[in-house]
Amino acid sequence: MKGKRMFVSLTKNHMVDRNLIIGLVLIVLFVPLFPASEFYPWRLFDDRNFDITLKFLSSFYPPKVDVEFLSIIFFGSLQTIAIATVGLVFALIIGVPASLLITNVLSFSKIEQEKTSFTGFVRYAIRLVLIMLRSIPEIVWALIFVRVVGLGPMAGILAIGLTYGGMLGKVYAEILESAAGIKHIQGMQIGYSRFQILAYVLIPQSSLEMISYTVYRWECAIRSTVIMGFVGAGGLGFQLESSLKMLQGGEVLTILIAFVVLVWLADQFSSLIRRSVR
Amino acid sequence: MKVLSTVLILSLVTSSFMWVNIGLYEFLNFESIKAIGRFIDEFFPPNLEKTFLTSVAIALYETLAMSILGTFFATIFGLTIAYMIVENKKSVLDKFQSSIFRGLLNILRSIPEVVWAAILIISAGLGPFTGCLAIIIHTTGVLGRLFTDAFENCTPISSRTLRVNGCSFFQGFIYGKFFQLTPQIISYVLYRWENNIRVASILGIVGAGGLGQLLTFNLGLFLMDKAATVIIATMILIVIVDGLSSTIRRSLN
Repeated sequence: MKGKRMFVSLTKNHMVDRNLIIGLVLIVLFVPLFPASEFYPWRLFDDRNFDITLKFLSSFYPPKVDVEFLSIIFFGSLQTIAIATVGLVFALIIGVPASLLITNVLSFSKIEQEKTSFTGFVRYAIRLVLIMLRSIPEIVWALIFVRVVGLGPMAGILAIGLTYGGMLGKVYAEILESAAGIKHIQGMQIGYSRFQILAYVLIPQSSLEMISYTVYRWECAIRSTVIMGFVGAGGLGFQLESSLKMLQGGEVLTILIAFVVLVWLADQFSSLIRRSVR
Repeated sequence: MKVLSTVLILSLVTSSFMWVNIGLYEFLNFESIKAIGRFIDEFFPPNLEKTFLTSVAIALYETLAMSILGTFFATIFGLTIAYMIVENKKSVLDKFQSSIFRGLLNILRSIPEVVWAAILIISAGLGPFTGCLAIIIHTTGVLGRLFTDAFENCTPISSRTLRVNGCSFFQGFIYGKFFQLTPQIISYVLYRWENNIRVASILGIVGAGGLGQLLTFNLGLFLMDKAATVIIATMILIVIVDGLSSTIRRSLN
């Protein structure tokens, strides 16, 4: 009994020491982050900076609401929605076939547990390409495409298409795999073809989830298209950048309000769609 | 309802295609494909000079620092705001005040980090500090909302028991709600960190430091081999952080 208690107290002390050491290591790693990111908040309150900030902020009100400017904003918002939608269609063109190709449950070689096979290699390669597509942020793709296809919405569409194609491919495959189960194994044993299994087992079970994920991604696409304009790929961001460069606070405020409204509308639309498929 | 939403989606898609009016032919003809090929060719091989790699490494560390500090402070602010506005009989703020805070969180959330950075550049100057601030502001909006929802949805039994037995509101909150939800909070924070590392690596496009700044600089000078190195570094960073965070999250469950 005594021995046991001693053991408990020993481990307890040991735990304290370990936590202390982890904490110290974390602090030592954490402190250098401040100079690395030049985290000096007092810089905000320099006399010179502070004056400029105040002047800029006071120019925000009133927002600019003349008809000409509002129509520019309106068409910019429409363009943003169009870029996001077309981009998402491109993403589906990439993502759907890719997800079907990399789904393990649709592969006979995987089910028979062959370790090395040609199809396995192909699947691996496609997965790698998808990882590459989605781990380069969309705005970086846009930066590159602006140099290939020129300024304008096309660069934004391609950027959304590639990044979101990578995401959709991965997530669709995961959703399909989570839908696989006893029915799907039975189907395979009876000798259904892969297409039949896909059409009658996997898709009916996972279509809701796939639709709601797609709609959610559309919403995200709108958000990211909004900032695409900063690199010249069309949409509202383009207008915002020029207004900011000119220090036109009133215009900036109008555009920000348009942003918030646009994101809110996209939110409403996607929740409407999601509710209707339930 | 289903028919209506199908019609809505179809009309949205067709009108979008008409609106952007893309000439697929212009894009897919032989000449332009060759041009794209030439362009891609310029990226290879990526520049691996030692001096340049050092500057990429510094930018990488800057990006990492921005994302970590941004997420850290946003977590603190988000928790504080969530603590203040969480619905309760004796919450810190009354209904009206907390609805103002909710509205504020919504605004912080719906304006993207890049836009915040572009605005803040004017007062905080070029450099990673602006990026940090932008991440803090946007992420506070997101996390504040998520934390508030989590605190409101968790069962109030334990915090209420503590309150009945004489704990203060703060004690009830910490011991009854916060510790109950710690795993969830950590996974929200990690999820945001994954997102913020992406954001931190592109904020440089508007001048807010990190890898993005190096990328726009080199792309602007048409130094494609250097741009390729930066893009590869971004990819590696994002993949590593994604892996790390999903490992931590799995070990929590």
